[in-house]
Amino acid sequence: MATESAAEPGFGDRLRGAWRDTWGRLPKRAQGLIPALLLLAGAALYPVYHDSLPTGIPVVQNFPSISTAVIMLVFMMMAVGLNIVVGYCGLLDLGYVAFYAVGAYTAGWLASGHFQQVQIHVGSAGISTELRGIHINVWVVLLLAGSVTAIAGILIGLPTLRLRGDYLAIVTLGFGEIIPQFVRNADNLGGFNLTAGTFGINPIDSPGFGTGLNESLGLPVSFQQSFDKVNLFYWSALALLLITVFCSVRLRDSRLGRAWIAIREDETAAAAMGVPLMRTKTWSYAIGAFFGGVAGAFYASFKSGAFPSEFFFNISVFLLCMVILGGMGSVWGAVVAGAILTWLNQEGLANIGSWLNDDTPLRFDVTEVQFGIYGFIIVVMMLFRPQGLIPESRHKRELEEGGLATDTLYGERHE
Amino acid sequence: MAVEAKPESPAPIGGARRVNRPSVLSIIGLVFAGLFVLVLLRNFISDPQEFINVTLIGFTTGCVFAIVALGYTLVYGILQLINFAHGDVFALSGLFASTIMISVLNLSGDEAVVVVIIGIGATLLITAAFSSSLNASIEFLAYRRLRRQPRLTMLISAVGMSFIVQNISLYFYGVGFYRAPDGLVPTGAAFTIGEVSLGWDKVVVILITVPLLLVLTWLVRSTKQGKGMRAVAQDQDAAAMMGINVNRTISFTFLLAGGLAGFAGVMFLLQFQMRYDTGFELGLIAFTAAVLGGIGNLAGAALGGILIGCIQAWNEGLEHWTLGGDWTRSMVFGILIAILVFRPEGLLGERTPEGA
Repeated sequence: MATESAAEPGFGDRLRGAWRDTWGRLPKRAQGLIPALLLLAGAALYPVYHDSLPTGIPVVQNFPSISTAVIMLVFMMMAVGLNIVVGYCGLLDLGYVAFYAVGAYTAGWLASGHFQQVQIHVGSAGISTELRGIHINVWVVLLLAGSVTAIAGILIGLPTLRLRGDYLAIVTLGFGEIIPQFVRNADNLGGFNLTAGTFGINPIDSPGFGTGLNESLGLPVSFQQSFDKVNLFYWSALALLLITVFCSVRLRDSRLGRAWIAIREDETAAAAMGVPLMRTKTWSYAIGAFFGGVAGAFYASFKSGAFPSEFFFNISVFLLCMVILGGMGSVWGAVVAGAILTWLNQEGLANIGSWLNDDTPLRFDVTEVQFGIYGFIIVVMMLFRPQGLIPESRHKRELEEGGLATDTLYGERHE
Repeated sequence: MAVEAKPESPAPIGGARRVNRPSVLSIIGLVFAGLFVLVLLRNFISDPQEFINVTLIGFTTGCVFAIVALGYTLVYGILQLINFAHGDVFALSGLFASTIMISVLNLSGDEAVVVVIIGIGATLLITAAFSSSLNASIEFLAYRRLRRQPRLTMLISAVGMSFIVQNISLYFYGVGFYRAPDGLVPTGAAFTIGEVSLGWDKVVVILITVPLLLVLTWLVRSTKQGKGMRAVAQDQDAAAMMGINVNRTISFTFLLAGGLAGFAGVMFLLQFQMRYDTGFELGLIAFTAAVLGGIGNLAGAALGGILIGCIQAWNEGLEHWTLGGDWTRSMVFGILIAILVFRPEGLLGERTPEGA
């Protein structure tokens, strides 16, 4: 090949030229769509080729396992949901974990044997109808959990959204603390066991398609009883994430989304232009909460339980860190940062820590201080790159036009 | 300090709508307050001595809350920033104080009274020096550059900083609990009136708190530096034009707040055990106290701290119609939310643009 290239344009050059011709001729829409589809295919086939991926890679050791990938997808979903509240609407929510908890417990109530007093079955898949408790089809439960959480979001929002800025942050933080404590203590509300206290509600039913669809289409009866259970959860989580991202992107460009961004940029000006502040903010709360609830319910179903020890303030900050790292208002930023941080949380830091201990002279347990690392990321991002790793296109435009992106990140400026 | 130092507010949005809203809200608020008084009365009538004992315990805990709350309020007054890291500075300095007491000064339970007094005094000073420099460096590193940025940027940075400080404590002190050497301050009764008694460990806390509050008030009210602080709180640019060094004044405020956190850390350590994450919860309680009293208001923070301390003690110690210790945290946050909804300016504060 080297001899060829001396005389005439080489094979590589010709290939590149041909590539440029064909690629350049594609419509703009396709240019965006094709990489996205390739990426999606790569993600969708991940369980298939996961086993043949190399292990023992330097520093990070290996690729995330499938079950870690499921958790990553769930957290990405929550990050996208939180991005609606924090990124689009500019409301700093430090209690998002409350929505996650509400979603998980709704799943616990509606799809498990927790309420032994009753025996209700609504389209439950792969569960004996003899079992006591409420067993609603988990797909329906996901929607119900989202709706319940959205209502919870509205209830929390109504009294508090009148507050501005940092007061709102502290109130949401308060709710983020109250709800987990409520869950921990509500095993004896006047003699009624609502949440099973510290034991948590388990087992929770897993999603499935029932015997009818199993016979006609070959879909699994119930994920729990299936051999490739984790893979099924992975694909459903991926589908849920796609729906979330799609809704989030479409919402951003909708009338409501533009109202959110207007409020974020300048609340007073938005109000003057006729944007109803309370209603718009409450919607952002409700919709952000909806996705948090769906993610929480799905996660509870995946873990087959809802446990109060999982809901603490750190999770809220962890999610906030994703939104900030990705870039506030940037959906793709939230997705990417959510994937990276959750992987670090689940596997990455442990792997990096063992690499540090085995192959370098450093002795440092990174997993012990992981939340310190997230805190560090937050501070560094705020100081040096407040627009995030993948800035929202609106911010980027502002940067290119010479305006200071950070100036308008939130409406309020410090006097 | 910054009672009179609120930045000019833009006319509240939707002001017309709000005219008739407070009437409903204030009725609900009054009902809450009435219920609260009713519970207290019920308990007082059934067992007055127990009630006073519990209240005294609450009062001393409240002193610690008040000192931490003052740190929040000082910083909020000057920067309008909820310094999330403050609670963690408090925890780290409390742990630091335990090192000073046990490893450096070698204090133990069977020292002479003079040694104990000198020892506690030295611990207070060293810890305060440590925590104030820590707090000032936090301001320098994480907040100073963001001062001209949108306000939430600094708030988010503070949340991050809180986690960093908390994990520094975790790294150096692990997850174990620390406390002052056993018997350093005797828990025996200092004085008894009827069946009401007060232990020495509680008296010490009050003995530290009262002069501290007096000094702080003097510092803010009557010194040139305090005047500078009030000026910067009101308008940074105008203060700078009047020849006040804004950066130095803000650093001084953080030094002061950090020093308070250090004192509170020692006081907490003398009464209870603490570990790396004590500061997070206590910080939130103290912040609630600051909001309850009216944030930016020194007297309000002290009042709020003592009130929250008493409420906590009442909730955990009284028998009738209380929720019990399991619900304390929910109650404190419930109060926070209720205050922000019903009376955002706090008990002693004036209406602020933020709370409107």
